[in-house]
Amino acid sequence: MLRERIQASNYSFLDKLRSIDYLLILLIIAIGSISVFAIYSTEGGKFSFYTKNHIIRLSIFFCLFLTLSFVRVSTWYKNAYLFYIVGLVLLITVLFFGISASGATRWINLYFLNLQPSELMKIAVIICFARYYHRIQSSDIQSYKFLIQPIILLIIPCYLVIQQPDLGTSILIAGSGIAIIWLAGLNIKYFVYSGLLLLVSLPFAISILKPYQKSRILTFFNPDRDPLGAGYQIIQSKIAIGSGGFFGKGYLKGTQSYLEFLPEKHTDFIFTLFSEEFGFLGSIILLFLYILLIYRIINVGLVSRSFFAKLYCFGFATAIFLYVFVNIAMVLGMLPIVGAPLPIMSYGGSSLLSIMLGLSIVMSCKIYNQEQISVY
Amino acid sequence: MLNRGRNIEKGRVITRRMFILAAAKILLFAGISSRLYNLQISDREKYEILSDKNRIREWKTPPQRGIIVDKFNKVLASNDRVFQLHLILDEINDFDVTIFKIKNIIELDKFQVQKLYKKKERLKPWDTLVVSDNLTWEQFSKINLYLHELEGAKPVLSTSRFYPYANDLVHIVGYVGDASPKDLEKPEIKENFVPGLKVGKYGIENSQEKMLIGNYGIKRYEVNASGKRISQIDYIKERQGNKVNLTIDIEIQKYAQELLKGKAGSICAMDIFTGEVVAMASSPTYDPNKFTHGINQKDWQEIRNNPLKPLINKSIAGLYSPGSTFKPLVALAALEYGILDPNKTIRCKGHKHPYELYGVKYHCWKKEGHGYMKLRNAIKQSCDIYFYEMARLLGVDKLSIIAKRYGLGTNVLGEVYNDEKNGLVPDTKWKRRALEQSWYLGETVINGIGQGYIQTTPLQLCLMTAHLANGGYKIKPHIIKDETINYKDIINKIKIDQSSFPLHERNYLDDINIEYYHRMYHKKSNINFVLDAMFGSTNEQYGTSYKSRYDDPKYQFAGKTGTSQVRRITDLDRELDLDTDQIEYKKRDHALYVAFAPYKDPRYAISVIIEHGGSGSKAAAPLASKLIKRIIDRHKLREQFNNGNTSLA
Repeated sequence: MLRERIQASNYSFLDKLRSIDYLLILLIIAIGSISVFAIYSTEGGKFSFYTKNHIIRLSIFFCLFLTLSFVRVSTWYKNAYLFYIVGLVLLITVLFFGISASGATRWINLYFLNLQPSELMKIAVIICFARYYHRIQSSDIQSYKFLIQPIILLIIPCYLVIQQPDLGTSILIAGSGIAIIWLAGLNIKYFVYSGLLLLVSLPFAISILKPYQKSRILTFFNPDRDPLGAGYQIIQSKIAIGSGGFFGKGYLKGTQSYLEFLPEKHTDFIFTLFSEEFGFLGSIILLFLYILLIYRIINVGLVSRSFFAKLYCFGFATAIFLYVFVNIAMVLGMLPIVGAPLPIMSYGGSSLLSIMLGLSIVMSCKIYNQEQISVY
Repeated sequence: MLNRGRNIEKGRVITRRMFILAAAKILLFAGISSRLYNLQISDREKYEILSDKNRIREWKTPPQRGIIVDKFNKVLASNDRVFQLHLILDEINDFDVTIFKIKNIIELDKFQVQKLYKKKERLKPWDTLVVSDNLTWEQFSKINLYLHELEGAKPVLSTSRFYPYANDLVHIVGYVGDASPKDLEKPEIKENFVPGLKVGKYGIENSQEKMLIGNYGIKRYEVNASGKRISQIDYIKERQGNKVNLTIDIEIQKYAQELLKGKAGSICAMDIFTGEVVAMASSPTYDPNKFTHGINQKDWQEIRNNPLKPLINKSIAGLYSPGSTFKPLVALAALEYGILDPNKTIRCKGHKHPYELYGVKYHCWKKEGHGYMKLRNAIKQSCDIYFYEMARLLGVDKLSIIAKRYGLGTNVLGEVYNDEKNGLVPDTKWKRRALEQSWYLGETVINGIGQGYIQTTPLQLCLMTAHLANGGYKIKPHIIKDETINYKDIINKIKIDQSSFPLHERNYLDDINIEYYHRMYHKKSNINFVLDAMFGSTNEQYGTSYKSRYDDPKYQFAGKTGTSQVRRITDLDRELDLDTDQIEYKKRDHALYVAFAPYKDPRYAISVIIEHGGSGSKAAAPLASKLIKRIIDRHKLREQFNNGNTSLA
């Protein structure tokens, strides 16, 4: 404990500033600015509700991100389980007091913000698992005891989120949890077995899905099945992206979104709008920015001393990757429509909050990268 | 230290696994990139088209129908301003409420409301529903008054077909109505159709559809996902249909129609050189304007159930035995084939001593008989006995050649009217083919007085008369102005040919196909003989139409009466010898008259048929006489137009 304190006190403020990953901040600002322009475009080039809100949220959460970056990584470590429990409690609250929209109960009214606890849970699971595996010896990881515990920890939030119902977020939570289990070194055979099991149980899983989820999956395999109903989003999104061409239709000139053919264009389908207006070139640049972001996060993990920081950064990088991949693959018609926002780009407070929170922990890992966290 | 070693091992595992994950991420991102490449670069065109299809919606705007004018450019079918009420369906929230309000404002009945609902079902949600295409001014102003309460209602000033001469022209011009599925199969309609467009149903309107229909315009709008118009991108203006110029003179047509008022029958008039149909009246008639907005059941039943059959254009679709009007042609045939010397004398002895052939008796129409007749007198007084004998000598096949050459047995106006009848000029071959019987000589005999199998339309009789009157030159009858014909040249050509005296008159009798505006006669003197006899028939005492003559050479005409039996005359009838008025209408004879005028330098041919009118001299000839005066009075004006002066005098 004493050593820890000494080490912490070793960080002068100047040191801290020096060790900030400015490229990461630059990337966040870049993607954030793009998102403002994109959301401005969804409103047909008018500066109104969504754009205003998005800018306000971005600024507040960005400040929050900067502030929380200076919280010591050990503090995050200590409060990891608490974080998880708070998330769980909020999820349970949603179950009873949540507000509903379009058939799903996902939000808690906090007056200034409709909080979506499942979004926070995405981060909570990563931080919780990072702590969990931080102290387990690699030799113990393969034991059943240490296999069952995280699985239970993962199943509870996933189950709660599915109940909302929100299949997309639930899959993303599970995905990031499994990623950390993988990183921690669990034997490959478990992944192979469970993969096979999933494949076998898929028909049963589908049978318990809600009708709208089933139709989404069926529609994914054949969007023309119901072009004006369930297939509409995929078809319109593909038309928008495809008609963008190499250079795009030009900023504020995306006819598909401007003429309201695109559904949910400021949330899940923001990439579609961006891609229609900026074309292949713009999309690749945006994709590259995300790759760079992921690379920077991984880099932080690589230079961190503690397993917690490593596991967290690698896990969070994988989570970001998953969000980006699932969202873009979805709007490109490669995956079923499951409701997954694009990090930073999509309009939505909770999603932005959780991403910024996650990034601030990454930044804190960077600033305190030499901090040893004792196993206790 | 063991701990430390383990930690190093753990760190390695984490890093290794992270790199495996990173590799997977790169692969998946590559997958996304290639998908983007596929969509945005390979398949770009396909999606661009789909995107345009999405955002651009076309509205077709209906074209104005071409107008129809008469010889003097008087408008016979126009596009009149009408008041309409349209409903823009995508602007209506509650269709039922809107319809209820409209129903009360313009007083629709239950049946009409039902019809609107049915109509709406067939439309797309962004289409326009035409509630009424012909509002009264009162209804229209009422709608405008309540407009603020009516969602999506749009009072529209539009045009619809109007026939200013209504009843006088319906058989020629026809009428328009809603397109039936069968109409939509026609290519000219299919290519140019816009929902709600009226199409020709009958007459010129129907047959000249290609000319009249025009081309629709296209308004391209950018629309949003719910179909709301955002902005107009493109407007290709609609093109009005072409004008159709008829050869009809509406003044004469009107007069002819007036003459027929209260009767069933037809009057046709034709320019004997140019072949222009000047008038073609048919009676009774009906109002084509009633069909434009859909005729109501009561009016329709009235027209349909009229025993005088107003729906039939009697000029071209009515078939009659030509009766004695056929006689000039029989005489011409006999002379041309050299069968008979015009000085041959035959005695008509009246009903007591009829013409007899193989024991069958054939009577003359005149009870007391005509006495000794030569050919000219036989035509003039229309002696049947003389023609029985002449027909017997001539034979039906030779007669049919001449009859067909002079315009009988085939329709006159070609494709213009799809209800035009061919009529029938019988010969032995025809009978064997159609009835599988051999020809009897008795049939030849009655054929000689225009009875029996022979069937003609009034217009054919008019053409026959024209062919005789112009001196035996084949003309091309037409009712739609033919710009390719130079009337002046034709008249000159025929007149020069008429005044030349060829040394060797060519035998045209064997020619089957004679070109237009070429002579059809074998010997000019034969034609002149027949025309002279017709002159006698009208202008000399004992002539059958002597009472209808004009002495003024300007109007003087020559003609031939006819009375066509509609049933066999029995011995009892002959004994009773009833007046026309005393016979049941349906059993009365048809009255016919053909004429040409003026006698000197003739120009117009006329045929008149009064169904069940009795004798031709009493019922038909007086009408012809009146019409001839009118036609000749207007001749100068017509001539000016033929010479290219198209301004109305």
